[in-house]
Amino acid sequence: MQAFTTLTGVAAPLPMINVDTDKIIPAKWLKTIKRTGLGVALFESMRYNEDGSEKPDFVLNKEPYRNAEILIAGDNFGCGSSREHAPWALLDFGIRCVIAPSFADIFYNNCFKNGILPIVLPQDEIDALMREAEQAQNPTFTIDLEKKEIVRPTGNAPIHFELDPHSRKCLLEGLDDIGQTLERAAAIGTFEGGQRRDQPWLYREA
Amino acid sequence: MATARTLFEKIWDSHLVDQQPDATALIYIDRHLVHEVTSPQAFEGLRNAGRKVRRPDATLAVPDHNVPTSDRSKGIADETSRIQVETLEKNCREFGVQLFGMNDVRQGIVHVIGPEQGFTLPGTTIVCGDSHTSTHGAFGALAFGIGTSEVEHVLATQTLLQKRPKTMRINVVGDLPVGCTAKDVILAIIGQIGTAGGTGYVVEYAGDVIRGLSMEGRMTICNMSIEAGARAGLIAPDEKTFAYLKGRPMAPKGAAWEAAVSYWKTLPSDEGATYDKEVVLDAAEIEPQVTWGTSPQDVVGVTGRVPDPKAVKDAERRASIERSLQYMGLEPNTPIEEVRIDKVFIGSCTNGRIEDLRVIAGLVKGKKVAQSVEAMIVPGSGLVKHQAEEEGLDVVFKEAGFDWREAGCSMCLGMNPDQLKPGERCASTSNRNFEGRQGKGGRTHLVSPAMAAAAALTGRLADVRKLA
Repeated sequence: MQAFTTLTGVAAPLPMINVDTDKIIPAKWLKTIKRTGLGVALFESMRYNEDGSEKPDFVLNKEPYRNAEILIAGDNFGCGSSREHAPWALLDFGIRCVIAPSFADIFYNNCFKNGILPIVLPQDEIDALMREAEQAQNPTFTIDLEKKEIVRPTGNAPIHFELDPHSRKCLLEGLDDIGQTLERAAAIGTFEGGQRRDQPWLYREA
Repeated sequence: MATARTLFEKIWDSHLVDQQPDATALIYIDRHLVHEVTSPQAFEGLRNAGRKVRRPDATLAVPDHNVPTSDRSKGIADETSRIQVETLEKNCREFGVQLFGMNDVRQGIVHVIGPEQGFTLPGTTIVCGDSHTSTHGAFGALAFGIGTSEVEHVLATQTLLQKRPKTMRINVVGDLPVGCTAKDVILAIIGQIGTAGGTGYVVEYAGDVIRGLSMEGRMTICNMSIEAGARAGLIAPDEKTFAYLKGRPMAPKGAAWEAAVSYWKTLPSDEGATYDKEVVLDAAEIEPQVTWGTSPQDVVGVTGRVPDPKAVKDAERRASIERSLQYMGLEPNTPIEEVRIDKVFIGSCTNGRIEDLRVIAGLVKGKKVAQSVEAMIVPGSGLVKHQAEEEGLDVVFKEAGFDWREAGCSMCLGMNPDQLKPGERCASTSNRNFEGRQGKGGRTHLVSPAMAAAAALTGRLADVRKLA
């Protein structure tokens, strides 16, 4: 996984609540057996017309947001299906940070597994960032995960954000969860020994 | 005296492998269900790292999302779908995971077959790369959906890194009125707490109404926990739970069964256990529910009307309703019962079980699906289909004009050919009414199986209680 330390890029405003994972990437794109190549289908129904041409009003079809690396959205972003194709599509498009007042749990977890930073902020701060992303001449923000700060294009004071220490460490170091867990294989083995004794019916070939 | 604990706390505590100083817990996973859509990249990851599946005996795989629900003798026509299903078959062979293939009578929706096989058991932790894994909570199991990276993590380690969720109890009290079902209860709950109301929580459903539900009804309730934002729903196991599981192929047998039941009886929340949040719902006030918008929280009683965005103060919410109504092709203030439909979809992990089919058969026997409506019934599993046919339900359905199909996820998410066309309006027993969910431009109204039957017969979102 690619480490996340600082990110400087254009932020695209998407002032919508309950952006579900079907909206982020429709089910027909889930037939892939790869993790890559989904960026073209990100927000497909909002982004393209029936004939495949771009909808000019959609934010990611406008300059400078075509090259957005940050997305600012409304409440409950990523609700619905568990599909990791949603963060894969964001990542493949080039978005590595999503800022919203709240996220659905599964999507939120999936982000960290892919080096994407989801930032939760109070609504008033979201509103301020949304305005800046819409109105600033050059809506380029810097996300500093080390300092837990968002540096704004307007020169206004940076916005501080919180993140649990474990997720922050994993992102900063680009750590592989499985590798870390396997270092605790002995503890897993001990647990299984106890469970096999107490609840042998959970072991089908016991 | 030991501290009073909730059902959730008992399961959580008994699955802690390791607790880190930063509050991240490593929890053990007892049961892992796998399907074709969210697993290929996980198996690929194992292969690239030279890792094995740690507990093949705790893992069960089935293709369900992509499979055709019509004639399967010629295989899958769509190439990408076929490759995905074949990839699952290949991965299961390579890693020694048990698979119910597409032509196995036990094949079906992953959340229908887990309970059906007795793979789902009380007191266990169950995961699957699918958000509706919450279904299995009906058995008193801590069950939740995970992403593909976590699927790989569970395959390799049989554990997951998790933060301890908060707990919420939803007490459903009073008497459930005639014509209302588990589906109406959960839709009313989502309407009350909102689509993010359960975010960060594990919800335990309690109260007389929940106790009175069959296992099928309890599964419907837990299934849609995720539509309220809760990754997991829970219902305490009781005699109904044990009766459902007894004799299932993968359930414990003999002395192990007795030992298991005596353990399961210790699981219900202790008297005096506390929750981070409590919600009460009076079932007596529920009427058959229908969604009008593009979020499961956009729900109203069948005698109600499509909402008027002008009456909503919050600008973001108003914009959201306006967008939904435009997508749904609905005028504000239209009575729900006047909304005409083109299709009916009966099935899914929410309402594709035998009890659902029996309810529908009871309502449509000797009647006809409205001329203007195409109505399909997709059983949740091959065994549900078989059972329905044993009972003659398929004959009732076909005589009434329903299309009786093979098991799978089907039009719930439209990954196979079963899809709505742009602008088509569907009364659906599934779980999500998101834009484009059942096909690009398709318009979904979530309802109970009984209400879906009423819609099929009348060609509109009719009140099942008024059905002659």
